[in-house]
Amino acid sequence: MTDTAKEMQKKEAATPEGVERTRPEKVYMPAVDIMEKKDEIVVTADMPGVDERSMDITLEKNILTIYGKVDTEVPKGHRLVYAEYGIGDYARTFTLSEEVDRDRIQATMKNGVLRLVLPKAAAARTRKIEVKAEA
Amino acid sequence: MYWSDFNRLGRFWEPWRDIERMQRTLHGYSAPGTGEFPAVNVWSTGDEAVVTAELPGIDAKSVDNSVLGKTLTLRGTRQSDTAKEGESYHRQERWAGRFSRTIDLPFAVDAGKVGARFSRGILTITLPRTEADKPRKITVVSE
Repeated sequence: MTDTAKEMQKKEAATPEGVERTRPEKVYMPAVDIMEKKDEIVVTADMPGVDERSMDITLEKNILTIYGKVDTEVPKGHRLVYAEYGIGDYARTFTLSEEVDRDRIQATMKNGVLRLVLPKAAAARTRKIEVKAEA
Repeated sequence: MYWSDFNRLGRFWEPWRDIERMQRTLHGYSAPGTGEFPAVNVWSTGDEAVVTAELPGIDAKSVDNSVLGKTLTLRGTRQSDTAKEGESYHRQERWAGRFSRTIDLPFAVDAGKVGARFSRGILTITLPRTEADKPRKITVVSE
């Protein structure tokens, strides 16, 4: 039970020591699923509160960074009486291997979930080698 | 030094698992929240309560909300993609499954006036207080 409980809690994203962010809001690490398919790698990230306009994805060399800005929507005139989750932006960084075809990366956003499709470069696709029985 | 390959529970000695378990225990003490899905925040003005829940990847139609007096119940299912043949997970951190949560509200709610909105993976439920439950103002008349 503790295992699943840990997974469900929002974790703060790591920052290098001594470095501060310009915005005072907290930054969380989104939970991700990474699935490898035959021709592509699919990254799914939970980022509630983020839409396609506030999502920022950059690829520099082989570092893929996803950053989702959350516009804190506080119900007007209301006071927070009970809190289980913190509100803040989302950030996570991944290192890509050479085998990803950078030009064909696709990203979509639906219901607060980011779906990134990283197609494998032609050279990296698995080739099945047939084994023949010797006569 | 004498090493035993088995710990006192008879399991094979797995140092990383033990370290992970310790970290998890420590984490559990410092982190807020109940670990239940979905996590909710409750806002209130005294005449109206607003419950927000993070439900990324869930269709608005598949969440079943019900109100009874002072309790709000959220029910639904979050589906996960299952790996087909030739596919494999590198990481699987997102939670999936059926959920059911009951939230105690600060006051009784007028079930007929409850509104729910779902946007960008966040469910917002507005719950107005019943007229009968509202505090009555007593005017003091000077003699």
